[in-house]
Amino acid sequence: MSDTTVHEEPELIQLLTPEGELTGHPDYPLEITADEIRDLYRDLVLVRRFDGEAVSLQRQGELGLWASLLGQEAAQIGSGRALRGTDMAFPSYREHGVAWCRGVEPKELLGMFRGVTNGGWDPHEHGFHLYTIVIGSQALHATGYAMGVQRDGAVGEDGTAVITYFGDGATSQGDTNEAFNFASVNNAPVVFFCQNNQWAISEPLERQARVPIYKRASGFGFPGLRVDGNDVLAVLAVTRAALDNAREGNGPTLVEAFTYRMGAHTTNDDPTRYRNAAELDEWKAKDPILRVRRYLENNGLADEEFFASVDAEADALGEKVRTQCRSLPDPEPLDIFHEVYAEPNVHIDRQRAEYADYLASFEAEGVR
Amino acid sequence: MTNLTIGKAINAGLRAAMEHDPKVLVMGEDVGRLGGVFRVTDGLHKDFGADRVIDTPLAESGIVGTAIGMALRGYRPVVEIQFDGFFFPAANQTFTQLAKMRRRSAGALSVPLVMRIPYGGGIGAVEHHSESPESYFLHTAGLRVISVANAVDAYWMIQQAIRSEDPVIFLEPKRRYYEKAEVDTEASIAEAAPMGAARVARPGTDVTLLAYGPMVKTALQAAEADTEHSIEVIDLRSLAPVDYPTVVESVKRTGRLVVAHEATLTGGPGAEIAARITEECFYHLESPVIRVAAFDTPYPQSRLEEYYLPDLDRVLDGVDRAFAY
Repeated sequence: MSDTTVHEEPELIQLLTPEGELTGHPDYPLEITADEIRDLYRDLVLVRRFDGEAVSLQRQGELGLWASLLGQEAAQIGSGRALRGTDMAFPSYREHGVAWCRGVEPKELLGMFRGVTNGGWDPHEHGFHLYTIVIGSQALHATGYAMGVQRDGAVGEDGTAVITYFGDGATSQGDTNEAFNFASVNNAPVVFFCQNNQWAISEPLERQARVPIYKRASGFGFPGLRVDGNDVLAVLAVTRAALDNAREGNGPTLVEAFTYRMGAHTTNDDPTRYRNAAELDEWKAKDPILRVRRYLENNGLADEEFFASVDAEADALGEKVRTQCRSLPDPEPLDIFHEVYAEPNVHIDRQRAEYADYLASFEAEGVR
Repeated sequence: MTNLTIGKAINAGLRAAMEHDPKVLVMGEDVGRLGGVFRVTDGLHKDFGADRVIDTPLAESGIVGTAIGMALRGYRPVVEIQFDGFFFPAANQTFTQLAKMRRRSAGALSVPLVMRIPYGGGIGAVEHHSESPESYFLHTAGLRVISVANAVDAYWMIQQAIRSEDPVIFLEPKRRYYEKAEVDTEASIAEAAPMGAARVARPGTDVTLLAYGPMVKTALQAAEADTEHSIEVIDLRSLAPVDYPTVVESVKRTGRLVVAHEATLTGGPGAEIAARITEECFYHLESPVIRVAAFDTPYPQSRLEEYYLPDLDRVLDGVDRAFAY
């Protein structure tokens, strides 16, 4: 087999180096205040803490599963903070940082992984759709939603844009490629945001694609960009530009955020079986949080008191998440029958009634 | 009253729905200028424009997936899957997304999407153009499944399906597209028979013969042909949910039930109905519930389909089997 390299040296759009130097980018200028950068730092630290707490809660048996975002905080916070209130996001299942930006309470995210709900929040209230587990399915929903936005005439500077999140693995799915095509031929206002975290469970990028992912867009007839996914400022600038482009009626963009999943795929996974420690060390040097901290420190934009206050806030969040997770109520058995249909359904009504009687019979006998 | 074929009645129903509600959209392969390969969407593109009658890329998962997204934005898409066998590429979007969205969101979201599928055999088509996939849908909670057998139902039920807040699989008996009936298109939708209700298509006293979609005509022919027994024909109309009270009432009167369908025998709708009727009518039954169905084989080459599809003789044989006990 020929070995066409897929890892050509990535040309990344970058604004902030791993050393914390603000370089800027001619095509993606970012006007941002020190206050705003401190806020981004705070977001990054808090979602990493939330994520770490969730991993611990899973280890303690409080969650059935958790998909950690460790390492991908900048990709998610940068893109999430680029969204406007009226925009709509269609996530996969790892977008805890985007959810944070959309005002979804951390405890609401835990419900699905604890098994007390299959969703947990109102997508319309937050402009943030439910987590979607079947890989790539949501890219089509986002595209269709964007086609609806077009028909609503919600375009222009005040218009609505749609974003959908998926990983490098999802670019192998038919649905993702069908979404690219539907979005392209319809000029739909949607941004495809691929977090290329280098691994689809144990399968490396080489097993997903033989061309860099962002280049795939050109075959569908729309622009593709590769951004340093560990650079929150670059992600913010690039995503904002792509969203504005969409909302103004110029169609889709594929943003490939080049990043790294520092943890396991989920808590069921064991990455030591398929990747080596050197790779992880290489990426640790590009840590998305550390570089913002270095920038703030080097430029005297934040002092120890600031960092201590963020850490204290993270501690408080951790405590809150632990408490809230444990107090999430179990659903009632008869909830099984709820909201399967909008309209009355005689089969379900009957089964609910029979099961209610059956359960009540235990109570009548004092068994439960 | 207008004399309409089933195909034209669905077309008129789509038109009425689009006039009634500007959020109703039609989507699919060739549904625009061509008017669909069976011409069911004929003229809609001209009158409602390309924004409401959307010619899509040739990708069934893409059609259903984007239609889900449009429904989430507040539209009411009616997608056409060109032929039954092409539903399968859209199976993931249908089973894992469409059917479950309401449940997953605890009622915050609904997906009022109608999936129209010309289905069933008997038109001499090539492979994958004559399938009866209804059992797959019946097995999936969250979907409503209906099949029309005449132009009156075709006209009203497509409109009822579009107004439903639940996703509806709308099965169109393609070999009956040209069957005609008088349709009162001026009547009110409120007066039409509800979408979920079964209908006694022909009263009788000796045996209940249950059918839906393309088999209703065959069942009526069987009832006409059998001079020995008084056959009551029920047009099921809705496969999910099934209107069991109407079926049970009939079987309690006749004491016998024969179910006829084009779907394959094992795990087919007849199996489910037989089980349920046995539970509910055990002491009224004079014989086991008899199923007349397609064989557990792939749909054959078209030169064999007359042997494969349950025809008049096989339905009558099923009735005779019910009387053999």
